[in-house]
Amino acid sequence: MSEPASTPPAVRLRGITKRFPGVVANDAVDFEAAAGEVHALLGENGAGKTTLSNVMTGLYRPDEGSIELFGRPVEFRSPRDALDAGISMVHQHFRLVGAFTVAENVVLGDHRGEARTFRLHPRRIERRVAELGEQFGLAVDPGAKIWQLSLGEQQRVEILKALYRESRVLILDEPTAVLTPQEAEKLFVTLRSMADDGRTIVFISHKLNEVKAVARRVTVLRGGRSVATAPTADATPQSLAELMVGRELASTRPERVELTAEDETVLEVEDLWADGDRGEKALRGVSLHVRAGEILAVAGVAGNGQRELAEAITGLRPPTRGRISVRGKRLPAGDPRRAIRAGIAHVPEDRLGTGVAPSLTIASNTALKSYRTQGPFLRRRLIRRRADELIRDFDVRGATHATPARQLSGGNLQKVVLGREFSAQPSVLVAASPTRGLDVAAIATVHGHLRDAAADGMAILLISEDLDEILALANRIVVLYEGELAGELDPHGATVNEIGLLMAGGARV
Amino acid sequence: MSVRIERRLEQPRWLGVAVPTGSIVLALLLTGAVLLLTGHDPVHAYHRLFNAAFVGKDALTQTIVSATPLAFTGLAAAAAFRMQLFNIGAEGQLYFGAIFAAAAGLYLHSWPSALLIAAMVVAGAFGGAAWAAIPGVLRAFCRTNEIITSLMLNYVAALILNYLIFDSLSYWRDTSTPEAKVFPQGKLLPDAANWPSWGIVHSGPGLVIPLGFGVAVLVAVGLWALYSRTRFGFEVQVLGDSWRAARYAGIRTRRKILAVMCLSGAIAGIGGASQDGDFRHLLDPRGLQQAGYGYAGIVIAALARYNPFAVVLISLLLGGLQNAGYALQGADFPSGLVGVMEGLILFCALGCELLRRYRVRVVRRAGPEPSVPATEPTS
Repeated sequence: MSEPASTPPAVRLRGITKRFPGVVANDAVDFEAAAGEVHALLGENGAGKTTLSNVMTGLYRPDEGSIELFGRPVEFRSPRDALDAGISMVHQHFRLVGAFTVAENVVLGDHRGEARTFRLHPRRIERRVAELGEQFGLAVDPGAKIWQLSLGEQQRVEILKALYRESRVLILDEPTAVLTPQEAEKLFVTLRSMADDGRTIVFISHKLNEVKAVARRVTVLRGGRSVATAPTADATPQSLAELMVGRELASTRPERVELTAEDETVLEVEDLWADGDRGEKALRGVSLHVRAGEILAVAGVAGNGQRELAEAITGLRPPTRGRISVRGKRLPAGDPRRAIRAGIAHVPEDRLGTGVAPSLTIASNTALKSYRTQGPFLRRRLIRRRADELIRDFDVRGATHATPARQLSGGNLQKVVLGREFSAQPSVLVAASPTRGLDVAAIATVHGHLRDAAADGMAILLISEDLDEILALANRIVVLYEGELAGELDPHGATVNEIGLLMAGGARV
Repeated sequence: MSVRIERRLEQPRWLGVAVPTGSIVLALLLTGAVLLLTGHDPVHAYHRLFNAAFVGKDALTQTIVSATPLAFTGLAAAAAFRMQLFNIGAEGQLYFGAIFAAAAGLYLHSWPSALLIAAMVVAGAFGGAAWAAIPGVLRAFCRTNEIITSLMLNYVAALILNYLIFDSLSYWRDTSTPEAKVFPQGKLLPDAANWPSWGIVHSGPGLVIPLGFGVAVLVAVGLWALYSRTRFGFEVQVLGDSWRAARYAGIRTRRKILAVMCLSGAIAGIGGASQDGDFRHLLDPRGLQQAGYGYAGIVIAALARYNPFAVVLISLLLGGLQNAGYALQGADFPSGLVGVMEGLILFCALGCELLRRYRVRVVRRAGPEPSVPATEPTS
């Protein structure tokens, strides 16, 4: 399906180059999307997808290269220029004002018509928003406040914002990360109907199935360069993955370790309650146990208490009620040091801010939990030697013990975190989204380490939003919904659909 | 042609020295421009300034006298700022150090000199630490912003200091003679409480180093060792970089906040003790308050990028400036010059920090130039 030669593409980027300290995020990238098309931008994390979309929306100015809209060269000096030119973006982290209503958020920053008058006429805006929602299947109450909405609904508000501004081009950055499989399906319908309306949708993702499902053509980025553009009809997930990674992938999935009945329970959580950051009841009576050698996966849509669960178990957040015990010994509430001593290791969700001190060296970060040796002085030689060993054993690339942690890529950083956590020979590992934002190769490495650790008898609590990951690793699956466990599943029998229903608060299995 | 400011792809090491040096040169040039505008000869003024600070008779000695309290307050600020703990209260902590040290000097007057001096150092450190503990506790347990509390406590400390000498018949006030009752001043410390000094160079301009300056250098060495070689220092580093990572690593953050705050206050407090013992020999509210040592210390710590050794060097530089300013004030020397210079040095130093992370590039035309003709025929 080639475009008629006479119509210029809706968006054309040529030779876009953008450099950041230490990296070339985009290296002479070419990209084209036609009007009326859903065009996927596929690539591993760090391939330059987000940078490219930030160039398209005027957040970054490219060091080199040109942008054309409908055949006319444009230069964006600010995000406002891009908005005025008809380009909108739905970011991974929404740009909404929590205390405002849907309608208010929709007109926020708009400087035409209704929103330009001194007094707002909320009724008229709400009516228009409701109409648009009707037309494109984006059901959301225009008078509701943002903080009352679920993440899926907030995403709809972001899309409505773009529609209200009559954007011709809409860029969505990993939109399905916050959705259940069912919600994602609905989003795809909306996107297709928007494309049928003559708009251009740029759909950024690293999930191959989604790209196949929603997009007509796909452009693959790898290492900051555009490596291919192809119709999705001709592509298979396998071929796309190879383009993304740049080599053939072994598709073998090793068997998980099977447990025997006598494996003892290591981590036990009983009736755990904890408050979230805003004082809401984030955990409401969670009970679970993990046995030695077992990987228990906690599935759920982000924001249903996962972070609080991980933090409560590792002592970072004092629970308001309930008990946590390791090998039958109860842990004191809210004491990270005692949790570490009790043998609980933690791979935190926020690698760079919590898992490491970003400006300190890898040596310091390797010692983050083991620096408490005898006497007041640091054993600097020992710390450096351990860091060198970790770099060697965990194959941390492009770094010495003196490299600041923030210079590492996500995958290598995660290897440092894992290496450090394993070095204390813990009996429990709480791993929160351990592969989020990692590329395919790094994911495989992290999964390998987790499997090996389980095989060695570690009890692993895997908290993840990635169902593929959960199905690949878990011995048992529980689903967290609004702070409660919504059911337990056996990964052998469970389907993505079943888990998805539980994640969305559907009936218990 | 247009000028673009871009982020540096890498930061070479030499920039760490070149940028501060360059910014001081720039400040000198700007001050020179100010001098020209006001009808003075910059070369002549700088020559006199340099002589008065470092070359003339007793110049270096006086510079060290001026630098000593600055070194203490600079180290105090650096100790706390390393952990991103912004103790702005070195001023008040220095007053409390001076009050406690003077009390020790007066009360223990019968002790042998060496012991008495040691007692003054300990008392000064204790006084400063106790005063710093107030914002420390508030920050650690109530999450109160330490910048505001420590700053406000400076005024409280100044009022207490004035009260002790001017508004009460306190232990510190001299009430022995009728004049002293009319013109309030502090009780003179016993001779045993006078800190020794060492004449290093006797000929020519001469150089006398007071004990306080030696103590400041020792504190700098100690602080460096503490922060780079010990577990305590490691924890401070982690906390200074990421508070969440520190909690995650099981570091007791509250204790650390309190400890570092007290450490910072103690250093400022020793500075107060040195004022009593080295120079003033009585509790002198006016003299202590005139100079604004605590605030200058913040500037010094910032210029030194919290490095203890650099703090000592920069306090000598600023001490020299201040000393020359006092010495040269008069009809033919603009009295505000030293203040203008200090301001410009700080301004340039902070402004030029930008150049460490960014570079300025001159490009031929604004915006990216398309490498292919923009009006390609759409065939």
